Amino acid sequence: MKDVMLGNHAASHGARLANVDVIAAYPITPQTLIVEKLSELCADGELDAKFIKVESEHSAMAACIGAEATGARAFTATSSQGLALMHELLHWASGARLPIVMAEVNRALGPGWSIWTEQTDSLAQRETGWLQFYCENNQEVLDTVIMAYRIAEQVLLPVMVVLDAFILSHTNEIVDVPDRAIVDSYLPPYQPEFKMDVNDPHAFGGLATPDNYMEMRYKIHMAMQQAKDVAVQADQEFKEIFGRSYGVVEPYKLDDADYVIMSAGAMTSMLRVIVDKYREKGVKLGLLKIKMFRPFPTEIFKKLLAGRKKIGILDRDISFGATGIFFQETKAALYPEKKNGMPAMFGYVMGLGGRDITLANLEEMVDHMMSHDEPEEDSVWIGLKK
Amino acid sequence: MEAVFPKPRIPEEEYIYSGHLACPGCGASLSMRYALKALGPKTMVVIPACCWSIIAGPFPYSTLKVPIYHTAFETAASVASGMSAALDQQGQGDVTVMAWAGDGGTFDIGFQALSGAAERNDNILYVCYDNEAYMNTGIQRSSATPYGAWTTTTPERHLKDRPKKNIMAIMAAHQIPYAATACVAYPEDMIQKFQKAKTIRGMRFIHLLSPCPPGWKIPDDQSIKVTRMAVNSKAFPLYEVEYGEKYRITVEPRNIPVRDYLKVQGRFRKLTDDDIRNIQYAVDKNWALLQKKVRYSE
Repeated sequence: MKDVMLGNHAASHGARLANVDVIAAYPITPQTLIVEKLSELCADGELDAKFIKVESEHSAMAACIGAEATGARAFTATSSQGLALMHELLHWASGARLPIVMAEVNRALGPGWSIWTEQTDSLAQRETGWLQFYCENNQEVLDTVIMAYRIAEQVLLPVMVVLDAFILSHTNEIVDVPDRAIVDSYLPPYQPEFKMDVNDPHAFGGLATPDNYMEMRYKIHMAMQQAKDVAVQADQEFKEIFGRSYGVVEPYKLDDADYVIMSAGAMTSMLRVIVDKYREKGVKLGLLKIKMFRPFPTEIFKKLLAGRKKIGILDRDISFGATGIFFQETKAALYPEKKNGMPAMFGYVMGLGGRDITLANLEEMVDHMMSHDEPEEDSVWIGLKK
Repeated sequence: MEAVFPKPRIPEEEYIYSGHLACPGCGASLSMRYALKALGPKTMVVIPACCWSIIAGPFPYSTLKVPIYHTAFETAASVASGMSAALDQQGQGDVTVMAWAGDGGTFDIGFQALSGAAERNDNILYVCYDNEAYMNTGIQRSSATPYGAWTTTTPERHLKDRPKKNIMAIMAAHQIPYAATACVAYPEDMIQKFQKAKTIRGMRFIHLLSPCPPGWKIPDDQSIKVTRMAVNSKAFPLYEVEYGEKYRITVEPRNIPVRDYLKVQGRFRKLTDDDIRNIQYAVDKNWALLQKKVRYSE
């Protein structure tokens, strides 16, 4: 059934269709509408879940950990400061191998207070052992929440489904909402091998001496590596049932492209427009959309980017003292191959704290890349006031 | 001294194995033993960072015959809330989810999560085994450390100059169905309270005074005796509160001076006579207030 809905409500309906058992959440702009909707759906009986109205995001993640450890499917949503507050427990969730799914609405961190979009909040959690999927539109948000449970429960790691503040969260789009029964055929019930169970008592998370700890971490890393294939399969099977597919990365007019621009999230839609514009001018420009950031799709990037002349990466984030984070990660992934025909790479930081990214900004980015032979060490900041 | 409760048989079943990692004379291990005897096998235990993170044994061992979930310092209450919600969804509402935290994890860093769970009246049993300092990290003051006590962060020239936080008053103010104090020196009273807590749905809070020989600087064979003195001096009265308003003293203290309780503990050895008089005054005042609350309940 097609409906018009906000990106936030697409996340809520994704959780509803995934038939979550326990939701624990705390309000924060611009995420709040996600859990408000879920609260309504629970109250109306459309979703048979317990909603724990916790007193902080820290407790939201803690309650999800408790629920998931007891065999329930748990969901939460947050943003920015809330995600930063959860940080300790993000490590706990992955370390405990709990397939929690969380919607994360990208919002800049204070000070100064900002409620507007920026991807630094989620990217700063890259070492926490969570899979991260960035969405471009509201349909992708709903579909990705469903796929996220499928992937998470196979590899036993938590997943963050990321969407842009306001640009997606508070924007209405047409969304095809699948039937629960069809989603059930795609997403089987969660049946963990081990859980908190009085009939089969175990101790979870106890002291791990240096004799054991390292293997536990290696297994998390291996599960992440496994997730690369699992995510591709989950997407393909989703396509077979629902007719929609996103890939873990999405090439757009990439086949013959000499020059490639890359981004994650909602602004990717604008890069499509830019690619078309430069194609009309005869420039062989292509786009590679990054949907999956953790695990990082290194092998796919190497395959798709080898032999190109130049790559420009858009970062709506900054790692102070280094560069934009997508730029860093992509460089790190391709660096060992640099001498073997890997392209020159250019990084661009723009749109921080929700500053508009205009078509003119994006043209400036492409023109900069085209007109420079040697990349600069630092990311180039675009749209800065003089 | 007369127990208000009729003396129950202490259940014979054991849910704690021998060979746990507690110090000799530890009140926390004995408290767990009694608690589980009262609660039985349909119990899950959530343990945040505290002495019990160690006592429970390292991976892959467990000290307990019931499931244990180790979790971050400040999350005992909220993890327990999540478990309780999951169990309700699975039709296992008869399982007791017991959060088992020290005073640091309760009075200090876990206080917000505890208050949240209490205000929501989540269906959990929260137990604080209070040894009156951060003992697992080597005896640092917490907000449960009593006035005048030595710790490594309140050294002898700067003894703790603030009273112990009144956690029971705070929990009572949340109007939860059940809150009680207990201690290992009165096991029958403790078991009665855990058994009662088990039958109640909603938030239950039990505050255990838990002797710590290294932290209190007492010989390890004196734990029970010293804790008994805490009760009899009224420094730690044994009582219960229902819905924040119905107070009942469950063990009548024998009325010994608080000096007797303080003098047997090395952590109080630098107290002056003036300090002890001040402490006695505070103890008497708190006792009078408790009695008023009991009278008001009748």
